[in-house]
Amino acid sequence: MNDIKSVQEEIIEEFSILGDDKESTIFYIMELGDKLPPFPEEEKKEDNIIKGCQSKVWLITKTEGDKVVYLADSNTDITKGLISLLIRVLSYRKADEILDSDLYFIDKIGMGSIIGSQRSNGLAAMIKQMKLYALAYQSKLNA
Amino acid sequence: MAKTGFDVDDIRERFPVLHQEVNGRPLVYLDNAATSQKPLSVIEALNHYYTTDNSNIHRGAHALAARATDYYENTRKSVSSFLNAPSEEQIIFTKGTTEGINLVASTFGRKFIHEGDEIIISAMEHHSNIVPWQMLCAEKGATLKVIPITDDGELIMEEYEKLLSSKTKLVSVLHVSNALGTVNPMESIISMAHRAGAKVLVDAAQSTSHFTVDVQALDCDFLVFSAHKLYGPTGLGVLYGKRELLEEMPPYQGGGEMIKEVDFSGTTYNEIPFKFEAGTPNIADVIAFQKALEFVSTVGKEQLLAHENELLTYATEKLGTIKGFIPVGKAKHKVSVLSFLINGMHPFDVGMMLDAVGIAVRTGHHCAQPLMKRFNIEGTVRASFAVYNTKQEIDVLYVSLSRIAKRKN
Repeated sequence: MNDIKSVQEEIIEEFSILGDDKESTIFYIMELGDKLPPFPEEEKKEDNIIKGCQSKVWLITKTEGDKVVYLADSNTDITKGLISLLIRVLSYRKADEILDSDLYFIDKIGMGSIIGSQRSNGLAAMIKQMKLYALAYQSKLNA
Repeated sequence: MAKTGFDVDDIRERFPVLHQEVNGRPLVYLDNAATSQKPLSVIEALNHYYTTDNSNIHRGAHALAARATDYYENTRKSVSSFLNAPSEEQIIFTKGTTEGINLVASTFGRKFIHEGDEIIISAMEHHSNIVPWQMLCAEKGATLKVIPITDDGELIMEEYEKLLSSKTKLVSVLHVSNALGTVNPMESIISMAHRAGAKVLVDAAQSTSHFTVDVQALDCDFLVFSAHKLYGPTGLGVLYGKRELLEEMPPYQGGGEMIKEVDFSGTTYNEIPFKFEAGTPNIADVIAFQKALEFVSTVGKEQLLAHENELLTYATEKLGTIKGFIPVGKAKHKVSVLSFLINGMHPFDVGMMLDAVGIAVRTGHHCAQPLMKRFNIEGTVRASFAVYNTKQEIDVLYVSLSRIAKRKN
């Protein structure tokens, strides 16, 4: 099984191994960001920037069959790591699945205390934008 | 250390906030240019005021009001002697440096700046010493001129000289750069401005906490600073002005305290400094600020500066050996601030990784976006030192930063 729930459980398991050590956790998040697939340079434009993030975050989508695929990048490594977690959970899924998803792993791994309130707002903005893209795709399908 | 009677451990004992763990490590507080920590004497004075003396000042007919008024005015006397001002009437309490600058822009500016006049600032100003003048210039049809800086972060004095003319009405420059630590040659800046017939405002937010600032020796027309960067409470600042200017300037805000007599046919204003202190002032913080000044005086400004300089030199040399370490701002005369980048890394990431091990620094543009643009960067990581910091703390910073820099270097 590789559904949204099981991927979240995997992430929770990985972060539980790191325990309370904030330094290791931050380094781990940044390593996850390093593994993000490359983002096309020409897409790093104003229109693709997510509003509400302190760092610059570019997000685009494409579709493969009936799946929504996300591509993203950021000018800061920690933010890249955060996006990579969201992409791992939400990318290559049907729009319905994305829209119905409850991303409980964020609270479960204590992301709020790891990244602080400002970045938490940014994270919320990323999720909102990802769901908006899924909604747009779903509307197109139903049109 | 070649200092006598200076014991940093003893000083640290006086700052309760320093004795805590952050993310499981002892706190290393290196964000002093943003705000300094407060000695116990300041914290206790605040507590004491509210538990024993709380009262409104200047007009009460009772014992508590008299006590509170005395303490409040005592701080004014202390600030006056701290700056070597000619008289305590020239010391006006504000909310902070920002309000001090806005006060001068709104009053001196309103009366003395006219269409076609010029105001000079520098390329390294904090936003609080840019925006009030932009607003004033837009309102008056005046022009804002900017002294350029070198790649090392020093003012280009030849260019400053060229900007000065009979049109220049005011020069407003920071004494020490919050983002780079550059100490500007204030005496020259002021004497050159005066020769051109211009007045000078000194933004001393980052200097009063590090070395002696003498308003008469400087011969500045205005000087502003904040108490909270000088071991005092937040929400309090000081504006010093030359007497004849303060007397000529219109009031800033209307209200109680600033009046002599109010009648519906017209109002006469109070004398300085009260003319500029409308409403109930920040009594508790003013009274507690006295203890911050006493703390600085007990340590001694020379010893304080010597210690901070030693830390800055040590940090600059030690961190400079880290592969990928890029200092930003290499002025010959600097104080307290070490601004830097780690090659290939965003300042936010560096700041967050340092926070993860209990080290508090500032990251970002430091409210000096034009300065960041001058260096073609988004921001920096800034470590800034105060009297209670130690070489051991710099060693901790060095170890963490070395590990962080290895990611990309």
